[in-house]
Amino acid sequence: MTRLFTFAGAMAALLGTAAHAELLDLEKDELKFGFIKLTDMAPLAIAYENGYFEDEGLFVTLEAQANWKVLLDGVIDGQLDGAHMLAGQPLAATIGYGTEAHIITPFSMDLNGNGITVSNEIWEEMKPHVPLMDDGRPQHPISAEALAPVVEDYKDQGLPFNMGMVFPVSTHNYEIRYWLAAGGLEPGYYSPENITGQIGADVLLSVTPPPQMPATMEAGTIYGYAVGEPWNQQAVFKGIGVPVITDYDMWKNNPEKVFGLNAEFAEENPNTTLAITKALIRAAIWLDENDNANREAAVEILSRSEYVGADYEVIANSMTGFFEFEKGDRRPAPDFNVFFRYNATYPFYSDAIWYLTQMRRWGQIAEAKSDQWYFDTAAEVYKPAIYLEAARMLVDEGLANEADFPWDSDGFKAPTPAADIIDGIAYDGKAPNAYIDSLPIGLKGEQTVVGNAVEG
Amino acid sequence: MTAIDPSDLDAAAREERKQRTFTRINAADKWFQVLGLAWLTPVLKAAAGDNPKAQTKEIWRLLGVPLLAIGLFLVAWASLAPTVQTSLGAIPGPAQVWEQVGNLHEDAQREKEKEAAFYVRQDERNAKLIAEGNSDRVKQRVYTGKPTYYDQIWTSILTVFFGFLIASAVAIPLGIAAGLSPTVNAAINPLIQIFKPVSPLAWLPIVTMVVSATYAADGWFAKSFLTSAITVTLCSLWPTLINTALGVASIDKDLVSVSKVLKMNTWTKITKLVLPSALPLIFTGLRLSLGVGWMVLIAAEMLAQNPGLGKFVWDEFQNGSSQSLAKIMVAVFTIGIIGFLLDRLMYAIQSMFTFTNNR
Repeated sequence: MTRLFTFAGAMAALLGTAAHAELLDLEKDELKFGFIKLTDMAPLAIAYENGYFEDEGLFVTLEAQANWKVLLDGVIDGQLDGAHMLAGQPLAATIGYGTEAHIITPFSMDLNGNGITVSNEIWEEMKPHVPLMDDGRPQHPISAEALAPVVEDYKDQGLPFNMGMVFPVSTHNYEIRYWLAAGGLEPGYYSPENITGQIGADVLLSVTPPPQMPATMEAGTIYGYAVGEPWNQQAVFKGIGVPVITDYDMWKNNPEKVFGLNAEFAEENPNTTLAITKALIRAAIWLDENDNANREAAVEILSRSEYVGADYEVIANSMTGFFEFEKGDRRPAPDFNVFFRYNATYPFYSDAIWYLTQMRRWGQIAEAKSDQWYFDTAAEVYKPAIYLEAARMLVDEGLANEADFPWDSDGFKAPTPAADIIDGIAYDGKAPNAYIDSLPIGLKGEQTVVGNAVEG
Repeated sequence: MTAIDPSDLDAAAREERKQRTFTRINAADKWFQVLGLAWLTPVLKAAAGDNPKAQTKEIWRLLGVPLLAIGLFLVAWASLAPTVQTSLGAIPGPAQVWEQVGNLHEDAQREKEKEAAFYVRQDERNAKLIAEGNSDRVKQRVYTGKPTYYDQIWTSILTVFFGFLIASAVAIPLGIAAGLSPTVNAAINPLIQIFKPVSPLAWLPIVTMVVSATYAADGWFAKSFLTSAITVTLCSLWPTLINTALGVASIDKDLVSVSKVLKMNTWTKITKLVLPSALPLIFTGLRLSLGVGWMVLIAAEMLAQNPGLGKFVWDEFQNGSSQSLAKIMVAVFTIGIIGFLLDRLMYAIQSMFTFTNNR
């Protein structure tokens, strides 16, 4: 890859033209993008700091946002031209769950990157139920079955068992629900009348902005949370909690954030959209190239106060292939953050459909939908065509490898095998309804939530 | 006819010089008071040869005691801070905070260098485009890096003054009207009573929504700037309004009679009689308003994530790095010092405009 770059550079020098000589004819070149202080905003920071935006003729301002709601509203009403988003956000906005607006994504930002953390007290209570390895360390992945007796115990004492996630349509919400349900715990349903998501719940999930997770847990408001890095490792470093599972262990290489744009913006500014996608693809390539060789440099950038701002060591853990569970229990996690490998940046319809199935499973989509509806919605939001066009340009400019992109994909990943998922239920994006029906706990078929009960 | 001893003459001249010096020092003393440098007076007097003992006492009272108090505060802070352990490490002492001052300054310098590099790159690009004959594609763009700490301070100061100016422009005329006419007073009094106690942060969502809906984004100001400034306005209206009304209402009755005798029209009456005699109270109101505005602004910036010192504090809190607490402390001191300076500024202006002492 590096050799390719130097070769391209030499060629450009020889011909007396630089990469920006074939600048796209941009409709808008001064842009403002929003992000939340999380490790996986890295492609944006790198595209800015390494000058990839500038190479495309884009002048970008990156602005940290207070929380996901503010960020989404910013993109909807045009204060932000685009943003680092939860994959569920463009989908939910487009189908009108929450604020209705048509948002698209030409670029997936990363795979994995999240974890579930519980407070020290809960961990102590869980530990007796966790199977151990020969060396006395807990056997991973830890199932929520180990948490079930603790929740039961709290129930007996009449105490609500509260846990945090970052947004109703966040990956983290669906992940913690998946994990709880896989361990036999009810994470609660949403209904059109009651959007707390706590109908019939054993564990009461509520929203807390990512950076405030550790502080909220320390204050005792929540007993645990699902969140992206660095806020799981932060709990370990602060000595206030223990991560029990990473989402990689829950579901190997699951899709995480996307880069969301207002559909109107993308329509009015097609070249700008392409240029943004090109810069982001280059950033993703840089983040993963040569077996993560650039990760230390990336961590240094992320630890600056204008980006993530957490301490270098905290961010470095997961970015450089390790994850610490209990203090000192540091295990290799080479794929904890994936930015480009395994076609991580290609916006697969099947990723979108998985999110939609989870929305249906927990009642955010109140009525049953046909398989075709899932395919259509995914195609309305995820735009692989834009992605491939940008990738093609990069390949032509000698900035990317032909072999790194799935040129002929129909937009569906190969089904995720049962072995890669914690509860052993395979996922095939081409059969969403069959998949929903195969899951334990959750709405199936024609079921709806009426009042406080599932009907049908 | 007695011969005059020349030494007596000298002595008299010296005495006169000394007196002149003291008169000057006393005149300057007014300004020292305004600038918060009152301790300079006894120092100068002692230097000029006044009774050193009495002056030493003064110097001790005006300079020694405050310095000692600050010293004691620093010692107490340095010794107590490490005993409070938070999850972000111990509370930082003076040394760590001072270290962050340096860090923030270096950060700002680094950002400046990056900015310079950006403009160099831009110029190179443009030169190339012109050389290739594409001068129509030349672009001059503003650097888009992060705001430095100094930028944040500047933003906050601009915002508070803008909001404060709007508030004064509204409150002073209203206050004068309320002070002159009992009817107007009766009309606006209940509104003042209801709105005065409202916390600024309750206004913030409403202001945000209204500004977003009514203000075109390509105007002079950024939306965030307007939101913060108007929130400041809504909270710093009241002290000025109330004090102006009070000042105008409590004009000497004789003056009012004079105006009637002279058949003054309203405008003349306001400019010649009302304003001069109400100025001290109006300025008291303005001073209070600016103080309230500054406090409100920081809270509003924190909540709305609008650029400025408040956002800096919130961002650092969210960063949760080992330096965050110390950086927040730096911001706390910055906010305090700026608030103090703003107050001094108002006091200085007030001293220039009013002549309460020599009326």
